[in-house]
Amino acid sequence: MISYDQIYDVIVVGAGHAGCEAALAASRMGCRTMLLTINLDAIALMSCNPSIGGLAKGHLVKEIDALGGEMAKNIDATGIQFRILNTKKGPAVRASRAQADKQLYRLRMKRVLEQQKNLDLKQGEVTSLYFESGELRGVELQSGIRFLSKTVVVTTGTFMRGLIHIGLNHYPGGRAGDQPSIGLSDQLRVLGFHVGRLKTGTPARLDARSIDFTKLETQFGDDPPMPFSLSTERITMPQLPCHIAYTNPHSHDIIRSGLDRSPLYSGIIEGVGPRYCPSIEDKVVRFPDKDRHQTFIEPEGLDTIEVYPSGMSTSLPIDIQIAFYRSIVGLEQVEIMRPAYAIEYDYVDPIQLHTSLETKGVKNLYHAGQINGTSGYEEAAGQGLVAGINAALRVKGQEPLVLGRSQAYIGVMIDDLVTLGTKEPYRMFTSRAEYRLLLREDNADLRLREIGYGLGLVTEPEYAIFTEKQRMISEELERIATTRLVHSEMQLDVLASRGLGDVQKGTTLEHLLKRSDVNYSDLAELDTVSRETPAAIREQVEIQTKYKGYIDRQLEQIEQSKKLETTRIPLELNYDSVKSLTTEVREKLSKNRPDTLGQASRIPGVTPAAISILSIAIKSSSWKDTSDRCTQ
Amino acid sequence: MYVRDTIAAVSTPPGNGGIGIIRVSGDMAAMVGNAIFKPVYDGGLVSHRFSFGTIFDPTSGESVDEAMAVYMRSPRSYTREDVLELHCHGGWLVVERVLALVLSRGIRLADPGEFTRRAFLNGRIDLIQAEAVMDIIASKSESALQLAQSQREGALSKRIDDVRGYLLRALALVEAYIDFPDDDLGATDIAAISASVEEAQGLVSALLATFEEGRILRDGISVLIVGKPNAGKSSLLNRLLNENRAIVTHIPGTTRDIIEETITFEGLSVRLLDTAGIRHTDDLVEQEGISRALGKIPLADLVLAVFDASREFSKEDQMIFDALDGCRTIAVLNKADLDQRLILPDEDRFEATVRIAALSGYGIDLLKHTVCQQFLHSTTADSRELVVLSRARHRDALVSAEQHLQRFTNGLLDRNLELLALDLRGALQAVGSVTGQTTTDDVLDLIFSSFCIGK
Repeated sequence: MISYDQIYDVIVVGAGHAGCEAALAASRMGCRTMLLTINLDAIALMSCNPSIGGLAKGHLVKEIDALGGEMAKNIDATGIQFRILNTKKGPAVRASRAQADKQLYRLRMKRVLEQQKNLDLKQGEVTSLYFESGELRGVELQSGIRFLSKTVVVTTGTFMRGLIHIGLNHYPGGRAGDQPSIGLSDQLRVLGFHVGRLKTGTPARLDARSIDFTKLETQFGDDPPMPFSLSTERITMPQLPCHIAYTNPHSHDIIRSGLDRSPLYSGIIEGVGPRYCPSIEDKVVRFPDKDRHQTFIEPEGLDTIEVYPSGMSTSLPIDIQIAFYRSIVGLEQVEIMRPAYAIEYDYVDPIQLHTSLETKGVKNLYHAGQINGTSGYEEAAGQGLVAGINAALRVKGQEPLVLGRSQAYIGVMIDDLVTLGTKEPYRMFTSRAEYRLLLREDNADLRLREIGYGLGLVTEPEYAIFTEKQRMISEELERIATTRLVHSEMQLDVLASRGLGDVQKGTTLEHLLKRSDVNYSDLAELDTVSRETPAAIREQVEIQTKYKGYIDRQLEQIEQSKKLETTRIPLELNYDSVKSLTTEVREKLSKNRPDTLGQASRIPGVTPAAISILSIAIKSSSWKDTSDRCTQ
Repeated sequence: MYVRDTIAAVSTPPGNGGIGIIRVSGDMAAMVGNAIFKPVYDGGLVSHRFSFGTIFDPTSGESVDEAMAVYMRSPRSYTREDVLELHCHGGWLVVERVLALVLSRGIRLADPGEFTRRAFLNGRIDLIQAEAVMDIIASKSESALQLAQSQREGALSKRIDDVRGYLLRALALVEAYIDFPDDDLGATDIAAISASVEEAQGLVSALLATFEEGRILRDGISVLIVGKPNAGKSSLLNRLLNENRAIVTHIPGTTRDIIEETITFEGLSVRLLDTAGIRHTDDLVEQEGISRALGKIPLADLVLAVFDASREFSKEDQMIFDALDGCRTIAVLNKADLDQRLILPDEDRFEATVRIAALSGYGIDLLKHTVCQQFLHSTTADSRELVVLSRARHRDALVSAEQHLQRFTNGLLDRNLELLALDLRGALQAVGSVTGQTTTDDVLDLIFSSFCIGK
């Protein structure tokens, strides 16, 4: 094995959505970084749906952006349809979603990586981690070269022991057209990690020329399209519509007729699939009473005829695939360009990670993305960013960045993963966030910009814009709290025309804005100053005023749980020495090794009584004596 | 909070009984058993077997009592620790002596309720069960015991689980509409959401309605006896107690302070409060007694207003009438054996009127029964089926749940789903403080099993 002559600070293994963010974060923080990928032409490739965002995922993207990540900028530059979802619901559950031009997306990300200072891009398959006297020192490649580094971030996606299924045929692959990664997960197993198997799937790619779009519903994006990134002024890409089609009872009969050759139902696939993203055969079997299933026909790009039928993933044999896609109205003549398939891959139970995403078993080793059992580009990117940041912080000898559950969806996700582990591909939902009203897309910058700036990931000009926005928000909040209606003739006219004749003279604008039948644009009519307020400031002022009661309630809850969240459980605590814990609880805690009491309290089966016992045990010195004895 | 030393206590009630049980829990239980108990048959103590033998003082070798002993090895015991029970003769002196022997082996005297606390901390029983057992220990009467037992069997847990189920269903619907806007779920089915919430609300209010009854069963009731001097209040008290507790004389104004006794009527624990006779007086001490009596009236669960039926309605009777305004009162017409001269001006204002003769005991059983009827109307049918809320903590949790649900209902038509979700989560959390928390995974499980979701 040849050792390369320079030592990197951070090596990132895998250049998917997690790997790109990790490599960019580490190099932007000044670390000598290398990004390794099996295929340099598949950087940031969207292996499944050509879209970014959606409920909770859009939130993640905006958080990544606020922290100084790349994903939002990348989709803004390459997006071909933008929509805000849930506009009729409240601000906390509104989310952005965009269709991407798949090729432009990956090419732009590659260009950003190539232009990044401190970052080397190399092609090669990592077969093992390299250790010297028990400490992680780098990685070894199939080509016989060894790269040395202080830290390693593993973001292998679906590649570790990837196995592709189409009907009863299966063959090794990391993604259709790419080699799997062999060897690494075996080594992780030997190192003591619990490695499991998951499954996911993707629909066929169809030839748009063979689809009769006149028979389908058309869905246009928002006009004007709203960007994800704080740094994007406007979307300049041409915009395309999506189309909606439906399966029918006949399609379902076809699918049922192929179940005997389904690797899923014949038991060939061992991996656990995502319940929220079931294959079409799963939907038909589990919901036999539903006589149609919806699909969005999404364009894969501006310059391609390939389209992606969402929700129609399958591992049924190719003849069944052809027949059932063609049973859909509008798709009668459809030609499949790439078949649908399922893929099984190795993941490492994330329960074995700290909240920094460093593994508990191997120091300086970080895991991010699908290797942690998640699914989704946004989930991967969020973890990649945190892992890259924390690898860099380790190199700099600083404390890791841990985002709390009340701070960010990224924090909720990582806490869920490392506290509870996962047995199916984990996807973000807004319902996972107990402080949902606080974790909005619209305030991602208010929550996280400061942190991103502190890390060196947010540039000075970007930060200046942010501080100016902050200043304007607080000034405007102050102003509307102290500005009162004088009931001038103009004001009386406006109030009367709005059906607000009952509003008393002397009412503050803030008070008025709290009413459910008043919004900021009404203020702008009553008061000349309000007309000058920029849209982003209006939005914040309106949300913060209208939802103050609810926001305060959530802030109070956060305060209440602070003690548990901040009480650290010593790494070396020997749970067997805490005799008064039940065996069941002791086993769970020994397995999970939570970092804080808050985490411990979220492990199912760990009772409030166990938490009080644990908190006593941490305070008392008795456990220390025992654990000292154990290590001697 | 929890130290794992070995504890011991007398587990039978104080006083002389048929047997007295000394219970020991902790790692040293077996050691104690072998040190002070000698079985008739050799082989020492076998787990979960009763053995007959003698308790002896190991220092003097002197035999203390004949006894039965049972050793229960962890975890198959009440506390899930090693437990030793010594069943000796119930004389108080003997029991005390055996306990002293046990404690002399380096064992600590248990705090009240400590065995149950250990059972709870060791995961042997849940919080509701632990509280119910504490109630059994402290229960003063048969009704309380039945309530405690039925609670222990989880009737309340079951009912609260039902509430949780309905709330979970409503929340799953709300969350599905929030998180899957593109998933062809159809328009938000507010009717289905609110139907589920209404079911939960119904159960919660029904449970809350039982709280007063539960409290009465658990804590008993307070019954205040009032009347003008010499109407026979103290005689009535003594008759009810079957002893001469209050000083009975023919001199009016003898009872100047409040006398309090606890007795049991038909399984209901009753705290009887006898008061100074109510009349105009210049005696300062007596005045103080009268004002105390009047002050107690609004605090009592029930008032027994004692009138002398052999005399005409007097000014002092009127004073009592005025003081009773708004109180739940039974009119007790004493001296039913003499010529009846009393005509009550407004008999309908009383819950009931009972004629008695305190001195002979005539009418006393009817009076007791009438008192019980005031409180136990609905629950006596079959107490095994009983689901009654008796803990203030449970009530508070459900009151909080009810408030969240009220807020939910008020906002149903004009508030956003994520705010409604907040109320449902609040309610679930409140309910969860009684039985156990609902996790996000519970919600997601229900969503994915109810809806076809996925793109």
